[in-house]
Amino acid sequence: MKNSVLILIGILFISANIYGQEYMTRSGYIWFYSQTPVEDIKAHNRQVACILNTETGDVGVTLLMKSFEFKKALMQRDFNRQYVESDKYPKATFEGKITDLSKVDFSESGKYKVPVSGKLTIHGVTNKINTDVNLTVKEDNVIAAKAMFIASPADYDIDIPKVMRDNIAKEIEVNVDFELKKR
Amino acid sequence: MNTVLQIIMKQILLPIATSLILLLIGFPSKAQEDIMSRLDTMVDKETNYIEATFKSSRIVNGHSIEQVGDDQLHFRISHRFNQLGQGWRSLWGLDGANMYLSLEYGISDKFMVGLGRTTELKTYHGFQKYAITRQSTGKKNMPVSISLHSSISLNTVEWNNPQKHDDFAGRISYTHQLPIARKFNEDISLQVTPTYIHRNLVDNPGVPNDIYSLGMGGSLRLTKWVRFNAEYFYVLSPFDNDKSFDNVNNLSLGFDIHTGGHVFQLHFTNSQSMIEPYYIAGTKEKWIDNGLNFEGIYFGFNILRVFAL
Repeated sequence: MKNSVLILIGILFISANIYGQEYMTRSGYIWFYSQTPVEDIKAHNRQVACILNTETGDVGVTLLMKSFEFKKALMQRDFNRQYVESDKYPKATFEGKITDLSKVDFSESGKYKVPVSGKLTIHGVTNKINTDVNLTVKEDNVIAAKAMFIASPADYDIDIPKVMRDNIAKEIEVNVDFELKKR
Repeated sequence: MNTVLQIIMKQILLPIATSLILLLIGFPSKAQEDIMSRLDTMVDKETNYIEATFKSSRIVNGHSIEQVGDDQLHFRISHRFNQLGQGWRSLWGLDGANMYLSLEYGISDKFMVGLGRTTELKTYHGFQKYAITRQSTGKKNMPVSISLHSSISLNTVEWNNPQKHDDFAGRISYTHQLPIARKFNEDISLQVTPTYIHRNLVDNPGVPNDIYSLGMGGSLRLTKWVRFNAEYFYVLSPFDNDKSFDNVNNLSLGFDIHTGGHVFQLHFTNSQSMIEPYYIAGTKEKWIDNGLNFEGIYFGFNILRVFAL
């Protein structure tokens, strides 16, 4: 009986420990930027959820497409309805991993550049992406994560009519800015 | 017996159970799946508001439940050309047009105001539209969107009726509408629009000042970029038996053409008017009179330019 009690305590410890390795946010900030000679389009989403497991390097990001805010209300409506079809595909997700955990020491405050790769799903289409993420490990259990990568509407089967091809960039800059807190 | 059970419990079941639990916790791919499913519940909103019931704040002539949006300014230009029946010499009516210009501003996502002017009787037109409910699913489940739309119009045409005194109030008409709409799916949206119009001055005592009408409108998806719209305003007989409504109901058929950035509305209608007291209560020509009546059908368009302030 003593053995099983010890095992139980051990299990409790392990599970507590696993949660202890998790950093998360539900108010992450992602914005994208489409720049053409005709028009500059920016959209902001400040309700992005992210979980990072510092033990395994697993990263997950999920956002609602409808939470992107544009300056023009009609543009936002068109984005949701005509382009990314938010009623059909409400979420965009990233499921990935820090591929080289040796580049970062989560117990030590400082700046680290880590490679992340994984699957990005937008408009129901999944592509593999690789990007470098700038991590800043801060005191009081906070990690800031910043990254920039390029996504192309064509890779995600987003249909752009001919008359709008000059207005919407073929390569769209996506910026990520998260402040993750220890769970 | 008792001891055998105890031994089985201690020696076999407990270690198996604990190792199973350990396996579940420690398995990395499980952890990743777990992260994704927990993220799903973190972003899901409690109430999902249905967007874009109609492509525009008008179905054809009448207001839809759509708003222009918070801090948005629309400059709207609408034309109804002359009768199609004018033939080739007038390019089927395109030589002349009745025009409506307006500026429409969204004070919030639920409230807009507008000021317009139409060529017809040199009329100024002010209006407001308030969204009382918005169709939604989820925590707040609302089957329909309901708005309240009111307008006031003032004609400023030169007075040329010697039988009547030129009274300022006589130039004013009021309209109140309660559009109720539902987007059934991506393909079809329907709206009913109970309408009350009061005209301060009418042509003769046999014509009612108060007009009650039931508007019906719908939008049907043809392709991702084109929708077909139909709109009909049925005018009820006046409640006062001494009076009669002898005008015609307004029927309009049109298309929303989405170019990716703008929506152009092109339509055919049996009224050249664009403000409520005129097209609902003042339509004179029928669509069908011994076959299609081209003398009573007008081609027109609504376009708008958006300014984000």
